[in-house]
Formats: sequence, structure tokens, C-alpha cells
Amino acid sequence: MSEHSSSPLKTYVTIWLTLLAGTALTVYASTVDLGHFNAAVALTIASCKALLVALFFMHIRGASEKLVKLVVIATVFFLLILLALSMADYATRAWS
Amino acid sequence: MPGSQATHSQTVAVHGEAHNPALLHHFAEPQQQRDAASLGMWIFLATEVMFFGGLFCAYLIYRLKYFAEFSAASKTLALSLGATNTAVLICSSLTVVLAVYAAQHARRSMLLGNLILTIILGFVFLGIKAVEYNEKFEKHHVPGPSFQFSEVNVPGHPGQYANPSHAQIFFALYFVMTGLHALHMIIGIGIFVWLLVMAWKGRFTPEYNTPVEMGGLYWHFVDIVWIYLFPLLYLIDRHP
Repeated sequence: MSEHSSSPLKTYVTIWLTLLAGTALTVYASTVDLGHFNAAVALTIASCKALLVALFFMHIRGASEKLVKLVVIATVFFLLILLALSMADYATRAWS
Repeated sequence: MPGSQATHSQTVAVHGEAHNPALLHHFAEPQQQRDAASLGMWIFLATEVMFFGGLFCAYLIYRLKYFAEFSAASKTLALSLGATNTAVLICSSLTVVLAVYAAQHARRSMLLGNLILTIILGFVFLGIKAVEYNEKFEKHHVPGPSFQFSEVNVPGHPGQYANPSHAQIFFALYFVMTGLHALHMIIGIGIFVWLLVMAWKGRFTPEYNTPVEMGGLYWHFVDIVWIYLFPLLYLIDRHP
């Protein structure tokens, strides 16, 4: 459908190699003591990988329908509400 | 818009060109049929995200509450097997996207080969997972009456033992999350076997390949779930 890329196959292989490199990076990062930032680094790398899969392998980047993009954004939005508000509750209960 | 499409379909019908067997009669044109399938698939995936999201939320809350035990329990997982499985799934995502490309460009052998590779990689993932589960059973790390997690040191606190009942919560979440993920993999393999049969019969053409595309979306979603499960369960509490 989208003709902006001359060779999608080359893009797919590049993304695949990037994802494998990201996996190696996150395994390496887990062995380094970063204190509380270990979780943040691991989840940031995971989110970058998920974004690459969604944009290039699931073709959100080339999706012709705005409706699909709306569904994706709404999904992420509601997931963040679920996680952020729940964590804000439990993380602050001990404060009193 | 709907009006103009209706007129278009009537025109097509009048000219006797509406012979595409893959086009269902309630759709005006193949593109509209494909877009409807795509939107439906994405909404289904949205429900799946919220479904797994609840489990991720439970995991994060209990990790906050029993941080020491979650760290001790996480270190008992086989990092090399988990990392290998991540790589296997990433490779399968590549074969899926190549299969979709092949279906859209009428490259039969490329399509069949990549569908077969995807199914094989799916089984490799499940096989490695089975090895991991087996190890958990042997070590009595499966929640239940035979659960054992005694005298395991809390990382960073020498001389302090992890509370087994708190560690059991980690393993309960581990088995539910990876188990549900594995169930999705089994369903995904089933879908791809069906796609392989259809592709073998030559049902997919550059004009009609929506099932390959939608099956691919499902497979990539399952891959993304694992991309988050791997660091959360195996990695974030592993540092010395």
C-alpha cells in the first residue's frame, strides 16, 4: 500500500537486527548495578523495542486509516491510566 | 462517503465485474473489507492489551510490596533460556512480516517458507518454555502444597532470608503471565497452520491477503507482550 519505501525488505531486516541488538543490550544492562534505574533502563529498552515492532512490523507507520492510529493511541492511554493511577495509589499508601 | 461507495458497488455489479470470490457481498470493495478487518483486529488487540495490563499491574503492585522476595525469586529464573526465547520470538516476527510481504507480492514459495519457519520458531519457543517449567517443578518453585523456597538469601542483605509465602506470589504471577502468553502462542501456531493450509491451496493473492496480515498482527502482539514480560520477570532485579 505505502510506496514511500523503495525496499521494505531492507527495512524489515534492519529492524530485526536492531531488536536483537536491543535484547543483547538489555541483558547486558541487567548485570550492571544502576540501583533503582535498572528497572527504568530495562523498561525503556523494552518500550523502544515494542515501538519498533508496532511501527514497522505491524505497519502503524504506513497505516492508511487514521481510525487504527486512534485505536492504538487510545489503548496506550487507557493502559497508562490503569498502571499510573494504580501505582500512584499503592506507592503513596505508606505516607499517611 | 457511504453513498458514493454504494453507487460504486452498483456500477461494478452492473458491469459484471463483481466476481472476486473473496469479497463478501456486504462490502462495497476489497479495500473497505480489508479496512474493516484491520479495525476489528486492532480493537481486539486493545482488549488483549487491557487483559495483560491487569496482570502487569498486579505484578508491579506486589513487586512494590514484596521487593526483596521478588528480587530473590527473579534470580532463580534461567536468564539464558529467557534471552534465547526473546531472540526466537524476534526472529519469528521477522518471518511473519516477510510472509505478509510475500503474500502481497504473490511470491508463493517465500510465503510458504516463512509460514513454516514461523510455526517452527513458535514450537521452539514453547519447547524452551517447557524446559524452564520443568526446572521450576524439579526445584519445587511451583505454587502449591509442595512449594519450597526456604533459606534463600535476600539479595543485598546477607543473613536475611526471603519469606517463602511472599516468593510464592512471584511464582504464581510468573506462571499465570507466562502461561497465558504460552496459550496465546499455541493459538498463534494454530492460526499459522491454518494460514499455511490456505496458502498451500493458493487462496492468497496480491488482491486478497487479509488473513495473513491479521494473523501477523496477532503474532506481533504476542511478541510485544513477551518483550515486556522478559525484562519484568527475568531482568530488573538481577543486578548485584
